[in-house]
Amino acid sequence: MSTAEKIAASQSPSTNRLRPKFSFLTDNRLSFLFVSPTLIVLLFIAIYPLIWSLTASFTNRTMSQNQEVVGVGIENYSELMTEDRPWERFVVTGKIVVPSVIIQTVLGFGIAMLLNRKFAGRGVLMTMMLIPMMLSPVVVALFWRFMMQGDGIINYYIKNVMGFEPILWLADRSIIPWSVVLVDVWMWTPFMMLIALAGLSAVPTYLYEAAEVDRAGAWFRFRHITLPIVAPLLMIGIIFRIMDAYKMIDIIFVLVGDRGGVGRAAQTAGLYVYDVAFKQQDTAVGSAYGYIMLVVIIALANLLIRQLNNLKGAE
Amino acid sequence: MELLKRVGFWVVLALVFGFFMFPLYWILISSFKTRADIVSTTPSYLPYLEFNPIFDNYTDVLVGGSQTSGEGSTVTASADVSEFRDRLINSIIITGGSTILAVLIGTLTAYAVSRFTIPLEDDFMFFVLSTRMLPPIVVLIPVFVLFNDLELRDTYHGIILLYTAFNLPFVVWIMKGFFDEIPKEYEDAAMMDGYSRFQAIYKIVLPEAIPAMAATAVFSIIVSWNEFVLANFLNRDTASTVPPFLNSIIGVGAVEWGRLAAASVVYVIPVIIFTFIVRNHLLRGVTFGAVRR
Repeated sequence: MSTAEKIAASQSPSTNRLRPKFSFLTDNRLSFLFVSPTLIVLLFIAIYPLIWSLTASFTNRTMSQNQEVVGVGIENYSELMTEDRPWERFVVTGKIVVPSVIIQTVLGFGIAMLLNRKFAGRGVLMTMMLIPMMLSPVVVALFWRFMMQGDGIINYYIKNVMGFEPILWLADRSIIPWSVVLVDVWMWTPFMMLIALAGLSAVPTYLYEAAEVDRAGAWFRFRHITLPIVAPLLMIGIIFRIMDAYKMIDIIFVLVGDRGGVGRAAQTAGLYVYDVAFKQQDTAVGSAYGYIMLVVIIALANLLIRQLNNLKGAE
Repeated sequence: MELLKRVGFWVVLALVFGFFMFPLYWILISSFKTRADIVSTTPSYLPYLEFNPIFDNYTDVLVGGSQTSGEGSTVTASADVSEFRDRLINSIIITGGSTILAVLIGTLTAYAVSRFTIPLEDDFMFFVLSTRMLPPIVVLIPVFVLFNDLELRDTYHGIILLYTAFNLPFVVWIMKGFFDEIPKEYEDAAMMDGYSRFQAIYKIVLPEAIPAMAATAVFSIIVSWNEFVLANFLNRDTASTVPPFLNSIIGVGAVEWGRLAAASVVYVIPVIIFTFIVRNHLLRGVTFGAVRR
């Protein structure tokens, strides 16, 4: 075949019958070839650590090198189950994750509705709205800490402009969890906005036109056209947000310190693992607690994914 | 009524926008302020009118530093500040490497799951997702031990592999959704014309998938670019990235807000540019196949 013919052949498969190359790559071989890299990477990075910490959680392993590691059975687990503190950490985690994700979803969806129309500067506005989630959590938390300080700019407004008592964002133990929620909302609402926008852009306009003909109200349109189509997508966004907020430690770490601030007000389960495994150097108990965390989130995710499949099925 | 609606729309938009933009603006102007202006109790917002902007913070961070960032604060960490460039290069290599790997591997896997019959498909997808549920702090201990044994600590390939694993779940989930939406008649037609499956994939399917891959890459870049916990513990030297460095700026004595702000601004700009370029594909990219048309 001449070069010209080759080019013609590669460009117009419909006119020239080609001799298939790589036909030794059957569908079966390809699926093996395509799936195995992911499987190998994830097995290496995720499964190995899982097995390692599962084993460690049944021993008395600590950080120190020269120590005899012996099995202790389920002692670490029973210890964690009977103490109050480990459970309190889950309550704290819930107090932060639940409001964060709810506010992010509602606010993100609302902003998406606002942006889901054509107006000048929409592209720029959208890109700017995404900036918070592009920043390093370390930077975000540091600057919020800066703004939330006793004499920071937020309190400057509360005191000098609005005339209220300054709020102790980072020092009052009943407020600290809400400060964390505020920062998390600021950083991750853009993510939910993006997801909601993607969903909204998929709603076919003829449905709205049909509703127009039927003189359906705004609420009816929202409830029966918009929501059902966006819901599955929103649900996936929520699942990812819950998983990430659940394990998030960097914002709290930088905002109020590695123990979660005054009275451990924001010491979540993740920070508790850090405390036990690294500060107290108790690898075994830390691993056991990590396992409890994992079981909880897997159960929760399973529940949510089932919910998601219901949503998809109901469509 | 129509006018009222319009005004209402812009007012609400401005309020929401203000809440999200003000902290960004605050970081930006702080990067041009002297130390005295930053800690001043009366805030100043407008450069030239309310305070005299300086560029020392940027030169300090990028070129490496002078000792004068304000009266009375001779900074101890100025030698470290010039390190920023090295860390930045590391961040670029590591983010680039892990993003390309994750998007490439993840896309192929997603294609296979979407088109071929894979045994235990649902379980596989859940397994992929479940690896993202692991709190990094839990992974950290065993990975630390593993990386020590295999001499992967402080190497580029070690941390690239780790971030690839971090990003794979998201890539696989998004791209599977994408392939579920593309009619498979595309490849079928090509194969009828004599293409092998493999040829059909890289000549027909992959070019079609590039916008979605770009959108996925944005998320991968954001994660790798900003990851802190693992980078902080695993890499101390050769392969250390910017986020732990930003955190270490505050570790030394009084916080150098100006330099921190300047470094943060420099650090976020590449991500903003990339996002802006692919913004039109972002929406289509993140549908996860959850929206059927």
